[in-house]
Amino acid sequence: MTAQSRRRWLWTLVFGLPLLALAVWGLVDNAKLFLTTALNGLTLAALYFLVASGFTLVFGLMRNVNLAHGSLYLLGAYVGWVVGDKTGSWLVAVAAGFASAALAGLVLQVAVFRFMQGQDLRQTLVTIALSIMLADVLLWIFGGEIYTFDPPGAIFGRTSLPVVQVYPTYRLVLLAMSAAIGVLLWLFLNRTRVGMMIRAGVDDRAMLAAAGVNVQMVFAITFAIGAGLAGFAGVVGGTALSIAPGEDTRYQLASLVVVIVGGMGSVVGAAIGAVLIGVAEQFGLAYAPTYSVMFTFVIMAVVLAFRPQGILGRRA
Amino acid sequence: MRSLLRQCMRGLAVAAMVVAVAGTANAQQVVKIGLLATLEGPFAAGGQDGMRGAELAVKQRNGMVAGKKIEIIKASSDAKPDVAVNATRKLVEQDKVDIMVGPLSGSEGIAVKNYSKSQPNITFINGSSGAQATTLQDPSPNFFRFNTEGAQWMVGLGEYAFKDKGYKKMALIAEDYAFPYSQVQGFMTEYCKLGGRVTHKAWVPLGGKDYSSVIAKLPGDVDALLVVLGGADAVNFLTQYEQAGGNKPMVGGSITVDQTVLDFKGKRRESLLGTPAAGPKADHYEGAEWKKFVADYKANFKDGFPIPSLFAFVYYVNMKAALDGLEAVNGDLSGGQAKYREALKNLKLQTPTGVVTLDENRQAIGTTFVTEVAKAADGSFYNKVVKVIPNVNQRLGMSKADFEKVGLGSRDVPNCP
Amino acid sequence: MNAGAGRTAWPRTAAPRPSPAPAETSAHWLRRLGGRVRPRHVLVLLVALAYPLVATPFFTFQVGAQALALGLIALSLTFLAGYGGMVSLAQMTVAGIAGYMYAIFATSGTDISLGWPWWLAVLLALAIATVCGIFIGWFSVRTEGIYTIMITLAIGVAFFYLVQQNYSLFNGFQGFQSVKSPRVLGVEVRDPVPFYYLALFWALAGYFGVQYLLRTPFGVALQGIRDNPRRMAALGFHVTAHRVAAYAVAGLIAAVGGILLVWYNGLVSPGSVGTSWLINILVIAVLGGMRHPIGPFIGAVIFVLLQNFAVDLVDRERFNLLIGGVFLVIVLFSSDGVLGWWAAGSARLRARSAQGRLGRRVEA
Repeated sequence: MTAQSRRRWLWTLVFGLPLLALAVWGLVDNAKLFLTTALNGLTLAALYFLVASGFTLVFGLMRNVNLAHGSLYLLGAYVGWVVGDKTGSWLVAVAAGFASAALAGLVLQVAVFRFMQGQDLRQTLVTIALSIMLADVLLWIFGGEIYTFDPPGAIFGRTSLPVVQVYPTYRLVLLAMSAAIGVLLWLFLNRTRVGMMIRAGVDDRAMLAAAGVNVQMVFAITFAIGAGLAGFAGVVGGTALSIAPGEDTRYQLASLVVVIVGGMGSVVGAAIGAVLIGVAEQFGLAYAPTYSVMFTFVIMAVVLAFRPQGILGRRA
Repeated sequence: MRSLLRQCMRGLAVAAMVVAVAGTANAQQVVKIGLLATLEGPFAAGGQDGMRGAELAVKQRNGMVAGKKIEIIKASSDAKPDVAVNATRKLVEQDKVDIMVGPLSGSEGIAVKNYSKSQPNITFINGSSGAQATTLQDPSPNFFRFNTEGAQWMVGLGEYAFKDKGYKKMALIAEDYAFPYSQVQGFMTEYCKLGGRVTHKAWVPLGGKDYSSVIAKLPGDVDALLVVLGGADAVNFLTQYEQAGGNKPMVGGSITVDQTVLDFKGKRRESLLGTPAAGPKADHYEGAEWKKFVADYKANFKDGFPIPSLFAFVYYVNMKAALDGLEAVNGDLSGGQAKYREALKNLKLQTPTGVVTLDENRQAIGTTFVTEVAKAADGSFYNKVVKVIPNVNQRLGMSKADFEKVGLGSRDVPNCP
Repeated sequence: MNAGAGRTAWPRTAAPRPSPAPAETSAHWLRRLGGRVRPRHVLVLLVALAYPLVATPFFTFQVGAQALALGLIALSLTFLAGYGGMVSLAQMTVAGIAGYMYAIFATSGTDISLGWPWWLAVLLALAIATVCGIFIGWFSVRTEGIYTIMITLAIGVAFFYLVQQNYSLFNGFQGFQSVKSPRVLGVEVRDPVPFYYLALFWALAGYFGVQYLLRTPFGVALQGIRDNPRRMAALGFHVTAHRVAAYAVAGLIAAVGGILLVWYNGLVSPGSVGTSWLINILVIAVLGGMRHPIGPFIGAVIFVLLQNFAVDLVDRERFNLLIGGVFLVIVLFSSDGVLGWWAAGSARLRARSAQGRLGRRVEA
């Protein structure tokens, strides 16, 4: 066994054994609670993955830390709500959420960020300013009330599962949707031409341009997709957890932590990070509620202390 | 570029001067009242409605009191105490208001109360802040609160839940900060004394939206849930609880089934019907004063809620107190406003829900309503009155010594598992 | 991977002047100082000193002193970001730690406070906050550029949740109210004029301290590390140690600002260290400009003026939009905040006057 693989085994044991012991204790103590919490964690992770995947895509390719990503989530959610209210169809609302956020992202990339290529800090500051402004505009238009969606009854009831007994159907649907999106995203990145260009750009942007690819178009498409994913997540997540001002900051921070833990620029990393964070949050809430909110950040700090590029990230 | 900057600075200076001059002119004919509410962040809807309530009190007097014109200067905070004090200081020291009305949230109220001690010649009247400590701990001689606070709002509900509804064992879900602590104290003081038991307390960190794990932990052998959540959190909890197969009846806190929650734009509301709650108002109270208040609100604010929210009502009461006090002294704010404060202390305020008087800490003694959620003829939801409890004081009926022994509400006070 | 294209190209600070020669007489030093002092420096200093004599107590306290305290905290960020290349959003966290520690050790309205003498509380608070600053630095120093922003933001938010949830030490949601500021030699420190001069003293100390530090070998090495860490490492400098030391200095500056703020507010609560304040300090530093230590103070004055008077110009509820808009305009159209505009403007003026002197014979 090489020294590296021996070290990896050691770390797995150091982190894995206590977790395994806790899991066994939890199962023995109250299996229903344990499994419900595990499912809750997975379904929350599904939502976090949806939001974070767009964020990590944009950063991975364009090195743009889009701190307005949460605002795009909120924008998609509100627009989706308005469309859903007018048309009465939840699916149309979902599509509208995706489209509106994608359009906003496209405009941002083409009109603003294109001229700041290479100035990472400046782009980040612009996104901060935009998020402040967008949050206030949305508050102005939609007020401080709570908005909820009205999905078809078939997916909004409850299903019976073994051990857990009853579980909200919608969360399972959310899990399935996320998995589907994840697979689609993977296929897009790995099996299409544009995906290939994006992956090449993530590795070496200068080379991509030298190879004759219209880099700006690839950037625009990527930003649109990333933003669209946020808007899609806005409608889908808003159905589970309602929309209100302040959601943008919450999901922004969540995507930040997920992507830091999972690794910047890696969609699979985002999935892993989302699972870690979602599960930690829910287990914290169930078993240690007072400080549960800090668990995500503790995990992030630990990951950053020992592996700054994230679990699947690449060193800059 | 430099000249542009200079022009901007000049413009700002001119604007500031105009504000100052407009303030100093006509000082004798105008009484300036500062109005502070939370207009940003999660409390924004409440803050907007609070301002409507205060404006209604002014409109009812046609903008004049005791022969003087009422000038309202608004300020906004974002539920943070340091921002609230900054905004208050600006209103008091820069805009030179005579009377301050505000703020909205509990910890802001404590901070503003502390500030008021440094401004003995200005009168501070509460907006809607409902922290017990504001008037129970270290009260300020020029801070008046004409609305009852969080613990007072729950008086009567404990008895209703135990005797009328028959809930002997309950589980608590509440947010982990001061306002729910006070609400829980108001409920449990009565409930525990009657023999009820709260076997499980789930204090959820502020800002948490996902209650699925909290719901999973709720014990199955309780008769009902005491849910003290507000706004979006209440909506989320109710939806998730229903989806997780929960079927226990609920007892709500004062903002759990407030109009903002009953009014949320969506369809998941049926599970709320029949939920008892308690608060300083009830939407369809048959009192004449209340009906007039609601009609005035609806007539003046087409963009408001169907029924004025808690915030609108409480701000209205406090602003009305400020104006009634002014009328009682005929607008005389001289001598460090001493006469005005005497008048306020002895004011028997006519509010839409009854008469309010002040105790020795300048805290209101008022009426609490026990309500139940019902459906109106037009399909909208409202809170129907089931009990009216007058003369609720801040010590919840206990003597000073007894109350001090118990202390203010916290995670573990009171306790009857 | 994208080594050249991805590098942070902004902000840039002016090249430092070299350290003085070892054998130097005091007269020589004075002459150098006299040569460097411009009329605008003297003017600003005089205005700052005379300000309370002409301004109302409100302006002295809420505008002047608050701007100086916030400027001090933003100075720590400018020092780290402009001269060290590390944008840390956790400076307000360090200031908040100092504030909380002071509230815990000194007297306040909460029972947790220990009631120790104020000078002891101040020293302890400064020490603890600086140590925390070093810890934050140690965590963040392994990351670069954008990652630093994210990890410091996350650390800041984690601290916010800690103080919000913990009641035994930090008194949770309520925080510490009625924090008593000291009474020194019969003067109440929190009165507008004494507090202003105290804040001014520490602001000047921070300003001159940073200026001095940047001319020491440490400061020059730090700027070298900002520009090219690999080369500095190859030259034998311990890059990590320099960076952590920079965090320590910044932590101390922010801690002083934090104590001033807790005296100013008379309270410290989770809201004082929340996300919006973390971002506000960044906004202040960027508004002013990161190329010179005067930048954060300029930014702080603009910020405080906007916070107080934007509500008189714009609809009360929309001033967040205004602040965001101003920030956006400055970031988009200036290379480095107000100082960037100043530099561009004066460069253009100089070019124009030079062109005028050359007359029409510009064509070569």
